[in-house]
Amino acid sequence: MRELTYAQAINEALRLLLETDDRVMLIGQGVTSPWYVGTTTAGLIERFGNRRVIDPPVSENGITGVAIGAALAGSRSILVFPRMDFMYLAMDQIANHAANWHAMFGGEYCVPLTIWGIINRGGEQAAQHSQALQAIFAHIPGLKVVMPSNGYDAKGLLISSVRDGNPVVFIDDRWLYNLRCVVPEGLYQVPIGKGAVLREGKDVSVITSSYTVHEVLKAADECRGKGISVEVVDLRTIKPLDSELILGSVRKTGRVVIVDGGWKAFGVSGEIAARIAETPLIRELKAPICRLSLPDAPAPASTALEDVYYPRKEQIAATIQRLLEA
Amino acid sequence: MDVSAETLIKLYVTMQRIRLFEERVADLVSKGEITTPCHLYTGQEAVATGICASLRNDDYVFSTHRSHGHYIAKGGDLRKLMAEIYCKSTGCSKGRGGSMHITSAEKGLPGSSAIVAGTIPIAVGAALRLSAVGGDGVSVAFFGDGAVCEGAFYEALNFASLKKLPVIFVCENNLFSTHMPVEDSLANPIIYKIAEAFKLPSCRIDGNDVLKVYKTGQAAIERARKRKGPSFIECMTYRWRGHVGPNYDVDKGIRTQKELDRWMAKDPIKALEKMLIAKRFLTNGEASKIVTGIEREIDGAVAFAKKSPYPPSDEMEIIRYLFR
Ligand SMILES: Cc1ncc(C[n+]2csc(CCOP(=O)(O)OP(=O)(O)O)c2C)c(N)n1
Repeated sequence: MRELTYAQAINEALRLLLETDDRVMLIGQGVTSPWYVGTTTAGLIERFGNRRVIDPPVSENGITGVAIGAALAGSRSILVFPRMDFMYLAMDQIANHAANWHAMFGGEYCVPLTIWGIINRGGEQAAQHSQALQAIFAHIPGLKVVMPSNGYDAKGLLISSVRDGNPVVFIDDRWLYNLRCVVPEGLYQVPIGKGAVLREGKDVSVITSSYTVHEVLKAADECRGKGISVEVVDLRTIKPLDSELILGSVRKTGRVVIVDGGWKAFGVSGEIAARIAETPLIRELKAPICRLSLPDAPAPASTALEDVYYPRKEQIAATIQRLLEA
Repeated sequence: MDVSAETLIKLYVTMQRIRLFEERVADLVSKGEITTPCHLYTGQEAVATGICASLRNDDYVFSTHRSHGHYIAKGGDLRKLMAEIYCKSTGCSKGRGGSMHITSAEKGLPGSSAIVAGTIPIAVGAALRLSAVGGDGVSVAFFGDGAVCEGAFYEALNFASLKKLPVIFVCENNLFSTHMPVEDSLANPIIYKIAEAFKLPSCRIDGNDVLKVYKTGQAAIERARKRKGPSFIECMTYRWRGHVGPNYDVDKGIRTQKELDRWMAKDPIKALEKMLIAKRFLTNGEASKIVTGIEREIDGAVAFAKKSPYPPSDEMEIIRYLFR
């Protein structure tokens, strides 16, 4: 079976989408740069030309509007933000326009727009170059949010996002870009709204997504050595949330740890906790719901602070163990 | 207007301080001593130096990701800057900001933002406050040609002009926005012409001619001090190093060695040094003494940064507390 890195899987998805559907257009800062978006767009401009692969000026809000307009007029736009942090500049077009259009005009129009935002953090880049904003976008009605953890899902979810017909925020993490996995050739879809159980277990469910999945898998290995059987649930899609999968897993294990790479307050982990708490299942839990996330503080620069800012496998494993001792 | 020998020497020293500091940082990044992404100012020294020479500590300067030159020109402490670049607790932002986020409350530099164009309206806001409190303080926004692509630039210029605020917009046109040449991102790359549309007194000058920058800056600052309104100065310059880090971006195919060589031949420091020596304001011996003195100061800054402690990891608890 053929293995690709995560970045190669994205590159292949983009190439296939551009190749097989001439409505597809890729626009966003750095798609022709040698470093901006890693190697995810390598070779595309040469192959498809600068009318379908567009590296625009630094004008996030305006360019987002342009991508929306092109989508309304028939294109399937993929709009890339080399760092999610810059999506804040485009908030008006994303939230007021793209997200609302379909409902606000009685369903007369769809905005087939994939908004691809990349989390790019670590390396002492500090608060404006580190953010993971899944919760912000998941809060907005009219947006779907997907967040793959591996190359297979990334390729399949990117294809699903472009074919969805309504705005989808597709979130990548640069820390995933060099991870390898088996990726089938050709076009295939991973359904939006469906999570996956990556590892079955019986003592505790750990619900997570994106890069954090890999820290959780390592923590699960560590816990297994201590006789704890961890079930790992990869959300893959943040919104619509796969509640059925989450509730099924928690019903089975009776314990839950939610690990999210975003901030805690009013975030993804809180939403998942609420989904559990809203059902009778809450009375059957053997331990309180436990959440691990970033501290509610801007990302610091210094490595010494970054080391404690991001949840790592040691902290996750310790949290799981404490929960089982309780 | 004749510029005194004393002022000329001051300009020379400031430019050398920036140059030697940046070149040391480049070396330390290459050696892996420094991790935080550094956008070096080498080649552009005349701009920050020429403008800030007419500013006081109670005037504001707002900066960008390419921040070191502005901090040094505004009189910031090299030790605190180097410590910030080492992300140590003694840094000007306590190691929380890194190279792109530097600050000096005592020298009138509230901060530098890594969001392109982010500080342009903020500088206008500081000018709004200055105009409200009376006095003759001014505010300066430094930004690159890339920032001219952002909506915030236009909104800020319009408001400043409308309200006649004491702000000076200084656009450092170094011909590139990351990997992109300015002609590929601006339909009208003659940037000062764009500012003219907002009825701002605007000009384009040789940003490598520190005297020209000094005189133009002084006139704009005087105008703002007299509350006659904002001005716009486009300084044509070039960054020697690549967009980020110590390399030259020639290897990446972004620009040619020939273009880089042409600009390096227009070294703003060499040009001033030549003039000073010709005018007998400076001897070669004095010039090298200045350089040695600055190098020693930088050695001290590096030693200070290296022996300073990292922020203690329980500081994260404090930050968490601050933002709860
Ligand atoms: C809003 C936003 N978009 C994109 C970026 C990425 N970025 C960092 S620097 C830069 C180019 C800035 O060019 P310019 O303003 O000319 O300044 P220079 O780097 O040349 O000094 C870009 C696009 C950013 N930091 N912020």
